[in-house]
Amino acid sequence: MSTALEHPTYNYKVVRQFAIMTVVWGIVGMLLGVILAAQLVWPQLNLDLPWTSFGRLRPLHTNAVIFAFGGSALMATSYYVVQRTCQARLFSDKLAAFTFWGWQAVIVSAVITLPLGYTTTKEYAELEWPINILIAVVWVSYAIVFLMTVKQRRTSHIYVANWFFAAFILTVAVLHIVNNAAIPVTLMYSTSIYAGTIDAMVQWWYGHNAVGFFLTAGFLGMMYYFVPKQAERPIYSYRLSIVHFWALIMIYMWAGPHHLHYTALPDWAQSLGMVMSIILLAPSWGGMINGMMTLSGAWHKLRTDPTLRFLVVALAFYGMSTFEGPMMAIKTVNALSHYTDWTIGHVHAGALGWVAMITIGSMYHLIPRLFGRTEMHSVGLIAVHFWLATIGTVLYIAAMWVNGILQGLMWRAINPDGTLMYTFMESVEASGPGYIVRLIGGLFWVVGMLIMAYNVFMTVKRSDAAQQPLPQTA
Amino acid sequence: MDTGTFRGIITGLLIIAFLGITWWAYSRRRKPDFEEAAHLPFAEDDEQANRDSSASQQRSKHEPESDADSRKDRGDKDT
Repeated sequence: MSTALEHPTYNYKVVRQFAIMTVVWGIVGMLLGVILAAQLVWPQLNLDLPWTSFGRLRPLHTNAVIFAFGGSALMATSYYVVQRTCQARLFSDKLAAFTFWGWQAVIVSAVITLPLGYTTTKEYAELEWPINILIAVVWVSYAIVFLMTVKQRRTSHIYVANWFFAAFILTVAVLHIVNNAAIPVTLMYSTSIYAGTIDAMVQWWYGHNAVGFFLTAGFLGMMYYFVPKQAERPIYSYRLSIVHFWALIMIYMWAGPHHLHYTALPDWAQSLGMVMSIILLAPSWGGMINGMMTLSGAWHKLRTDPTLRFLVVALAFYGMSTFEGPMMAIKTVNALSHYTDWTIGHVHAGALGWVAMITIGSMYHLIPRLFGRTEMHSVGLIAVHFWLATIGTVLYIAAMWVNGILQGLMWRAINPDGTLMYTFMESVEASGPGYIVRLIGGLFWVVGMLIMAYNVFMTVKRSDAAQQPLPQTA
Repeated sequence: MDTGTFRGIITGLLIIAFLGITWWAYSRRRKPDFEEAAHLPFAEDDEQANRDSSASQQRSKHEPESDADSRKDRGDKDT
């Protein structure tokens, strides 16, 4: 890569590396999702091999989209935003480079070990203990680079995006270390130090806060920088952003038990989780409104700027899924929705609609700037990608709503004599059409990501070519 | 003091702390500081001058509607 791209003050190399890998891992992770969706339509696609079976590829898909795609995006944007809003270079170039290569090593280990069947069986924390130690080391290095950069800032105030990024980094470190505390038995096998119900509660304290801090607080950090930047006006209310921050981090921690309704978890803990999940609607919508209202007076930009459209529709999906989540946490609703496809639909409303769309919008803002261009190679292709992503998400979540409610109703239907009206297999057969629609939605997404990859490739290539005649600017 | 009372007190303290943060954030005294902080994303120049001929042509084409120009510098120069 040409040195002409180097910023005089800031370390953009590591940002560029993470930004490119965001696109690469996005394609890999979503392609895995499409393969899994196809396996649910045509089970023979597991090829009757252990390595390609649903149970092994599914954790690979979740790890790839959350930690590889989402993680790379968070690291790229946090390193970029912290430098620009603190007006200071990253604390250590070497440590920053270590976080990049270390994180890629974690992902490659996941790609190798999960299909081989090594798993702790903890959802979103499947990786075995040697990899967990590497994650902890990389994550602590990331925390040091980020927080020391904030410490060395040349501005008096710490911009709100950095508060969200810092909360995300610190909390994920605590969650990861506590939930993965285990006794190693062999090189690739360990047992959790927690047992029974406590193990389940620790796991979902981790699991829900992985949603709350990895997939929410981190991406809200992204939102608080890239939405104002792309809309070219400051955030609607800075005061609201402070209240939003403290309310969100105080409440999210307590919502985990809603994953364990009607289990062996004590009833009071379930009710507490339900109540805290409902309260969570307030800070979530506070943040969404703050982002949306930033556009007041600039709504016309949505007509011409597909990047801004990505960011705003991401906020709309965020509002929708943070309404759906508290509703599903209500025990009576959960009695219908839990263990059905509704949950998968809810997750993807958040993961595709919010996380992926805010990431893609941010990347379309970020990538041309990192490579010395004013905008992406083709703005038209961004618009195409936007519609593919939006339609894909709607198809996906609508199919899962239908399937989820169908399954929930079929499972609870009983005959007058008290026996079950349907067998489980009948509910699987009834879900078939929904699985096809979901597969189509997923294909829309992967095609969109491939278009993005082409657009990014052309943007990077043209930036190299543009620099050739002007070597003196290096 | 039993555990229940202790938890109750902690919850009460957290509520007071949160109300305090809200009061602080919305106090009139903080307004100028927050105004400045909200403009931090615009305090720095955008990355570098455009060296891409086709994009700069697009740019001049769009010049009349200057608010659509995403590279317009809106903040203070880095001092």
